[in-house]
Amino acid sequence: MFAIPDFSLSPHIDQVGAEERASRFTKRSIKKESKLNGLKLVLNMIDLTTLEGKDTDGKVKQLCYKAMHPHDAVPDIPTVAAICVYPSMVKVARKALGDSGIKVASVATAFPSGQAPKDIKIRDTKYAVNEGADEVDMVISRGKFHAGEYNFVFDEIAAIKEACGNARLKVILETGELGTFDKVRRASDIAMHAGADFIKTSTGKIQPAATMPVTLVMLEAIRDFYYKTGKMIGMKPAGGISKSKLALHYLVMVKEVLGEAWLNNEWFRFGASSLANDVLMQIIKEKTGVYQAANYFSVD
Amino acid sequence: MATKAKNNTLKLKFDTSWSYAPAPESKSAATINKQYDLFINGEWVKPSGGKYFDTINPANEEKLSEAADANVADVDKAVKAARTAYEKVWKKMPAKERGKYVFRIARMIQEKARELAIIESLDGGKPIRESRDFDVPTAANHFFYYAGWADKLEYAFPNRTTEPLGVAGQIIPWNFPLLMAAWKIAPAIATGNTVVLKPAETTPLTALKLAEIIQESDLPPGVVNIITGAGATGAAIVNHPDINKIAFTGSTDVGKIIQWAIAGTKKKATLELGGKAANIVFEDAPIDQAVEGVINGIYFNQGHVCCAGSRLYVEESVAKQVIKKLKDRIESLIVGNPLDKNTDIGAINSRGQLETIQKYLAIGKKEGAEMYQSSCAIPGKGFWCRPTLFTNVAQSNRIAQEEIFGPVLAILTFRTDDEVIEKANNSPYGLSAGVWTDKGSKIFNMTRRMRAGVVWANTFNKFDPSSPFGGYKESGFGREGGLHGLLPYLNLVN
Repeated sequence: MFAIPDFSLSPHIDQVGAEERASRFTKRSIKKESKLNGLKLVLNMIDLTTLEGKDTDGKVKQLCYKAMHPHDAVPDIPTVAAICVYPSMVKVARKALGDSGIKVASVATAFPSGQAPKDIKIRDTKYAVNEGADEVDMVISRGKFHAGEYNFVFDEIAAIKEACGNARLKVILETGELGTFDKVRRASDIAMHAGADFIKTSTGKIQPAATMPVTLVMLEAIRDFYYKTGKMIGMKPAGGISKSKLALHYLVMVKEVLGEAWLNNEWFRFGASSLANDVLMQIIKEKTGVYQAANYFSVD
Repeated sequence: MATKAKNNTLKLKFDTSWSYAPAPESKSAATINKQYDLFINGEWVKPSGGKYFDTINPANEEKLSEAADANVADVDKAVKAARTAYEKVWKKMPAKERGKYVFRIARMIQEKARELAIIESLDGGKPIRESRDFDVPTAANHFFYYAGWADKLEYAFPNRTTEPLGVAGQIIPWNFPLLMAAWKIAPAIATGNTVVLKPAETTPLTALKLAEIIQESDLPPGVVNIITGAGATGAAIVNHPDINKIAFTGSTDVGKIIQWAIAGTKKKATLELGGKAANIVFEDAPIDQAVEGVINGIYFNQGHVCCAGSRLYVEESVAKQVIKKLKDRIESLIVGNPLDKNTDIGAINSRGQLETIQKYLAIGKKEGAEMYQSSCAIPGKGFWCRPTLFTNVAQSNRIAQEEIFGPVLAILTFRTDDEVIEKANNSPYGLSAGVWTDKGSKIFNMTRRMRAGVVWANTFNKFDPSSPFGGYKESGFGREGGLHGLLPYLNLVN
């Protein structure tokens, strides 16, 4: 095992430097073959998401079909990585996805605010896992984190990890509520040491959601943790990534910070709902040389 | 769970199955003449000796063009043209009108930015990303900045009357050819002086393009004369009796020769010479950003930067971590065709410079330092050096004392603030330095005690026309840029 550090001593982040570095990833040239391969990779990394109060069985079933058949009119289109839903929808999604290999991810722990007692969060998690979730996306207690109660946050994540059993745990930091890169780094360190399999930027319910600098800070935390422990942690930026070009910039960042091992949907995901169709549109543009109207792509 | 022994072998693989697309900038967007004459008195004139020298592309050793080799007679012609323009036109012209010309040159540089960037990368080997995003825009900004001062000198020096010096002889290096031309010409002509400028013999093309711009701008003939040649041409400028001011950027060795040459004359001088900047990383630094800053500090422009952060002092408690991160970062640098937009590190400027760098690599190894280089492939033709770092370096090693002027970083460690200040100042140079710490009070303590003209805190290699630049000790004297950059071209008469 590895030692649990004093999280108040987590490395500091210089905001200007982090933003400057992040902007460099947008300068690489990605076109033709490189673009097509990148886009397929992006599509295959998407956690296709619906997290609404008005979600129904019907809506989730349709989304599952879209996940398995993003665009059947064209051959060689990969599927997305997972469907991300509320716990009450896990069973429906599990059944609809069958043996497609697409994972079911469920948010849990009183998503999105996380304002509930620990036992309720554990029950929420166990419910999702029992319904068939392969992955659990939990939220951290941001209030406790801001109050400096890092042990509380740590213990809570560890408890949820235990409740997950074999399901992989994604820990949502909700970086838009943390305020500084220093705190994003500290929360990342807490989550990874407490047992997260993935760290994730945002719920998608708070602005700003994922940004490139925030994701960079988290990727660097993952790299440091890997060197310290030998353990790989996945990364999931979520919210605000709706265009292919931006998604490709994220891939550049993963490639240059963590390299080959993370460039797959086992270790990197995009939490997004509208990104998939933009990626499909670009893939077809790369294949045919012309853009199709948005009406050619199914909205589920 | 991974064991400790296993952790030491952990390695990230940056050579990924998904790769970028080549994106070479098109050469057809740039026009390069087969041959360039001397730009004297607003016209292109043949060199009186009839000699020309080749300028090549250091990335593939192919000849790009040839430039005239100016001899003593040509220099005299250029100085006479500058003197006449000074006496008859430029010093009499209302400052407001002078400013308009300088503004016009700035705008024309912007209009021709793409062509200038391509030529700068072709002739000098620097990556197009840098010539496009740094060299050319910053050159234009210098003209804009000093254009603004032209008619406001009484505000720069309140209650004093200023007058220009006369004819300035300006000799510039090959690392930032266009930008150095801008640093020299803009303040000189904005303050009412006229100019004879000589670019370096390996990189004359963008200065000659600038001559075309100046011709097109209708600047009165003779205000700016641009002549090409090697050391002998430079010596003829320095020794010309009718020159009032020498502005030189280049090596400390040549700087010393210039100072000998002008001793006892009334010539004023500004010398911007070599450097061996200390870049200091404390344990409380934002480590990942510091690593990025160290990389930028030494590998920017292949390390052909007089203010490059070539001595890294890292606090021993974080040294292992910083070195590991530097090695990883080096692996993700893309070395190759300077015209490719993906390229981070281009070609070494000349065969001579490559030999100098290789000499120092051999010295470093012989001195017992451990050399680490990127595993990247380098092209077969042209002049190339992989990004290199040396660990286990001592203050007494030559690679820690002498300016290498290449992509070579010497890494030393320290324990206390006093120790690192002493070591950082323990150099004949004093051009620039960097400090990386999250603690504000430490920044001020360090910067106050550092003997360097520019000290960057939590960043490196940042330039702005409004900020003065220049050195202490053997890094030269006089300041360029900012309000301070006006003074070397002016007399305060009362």
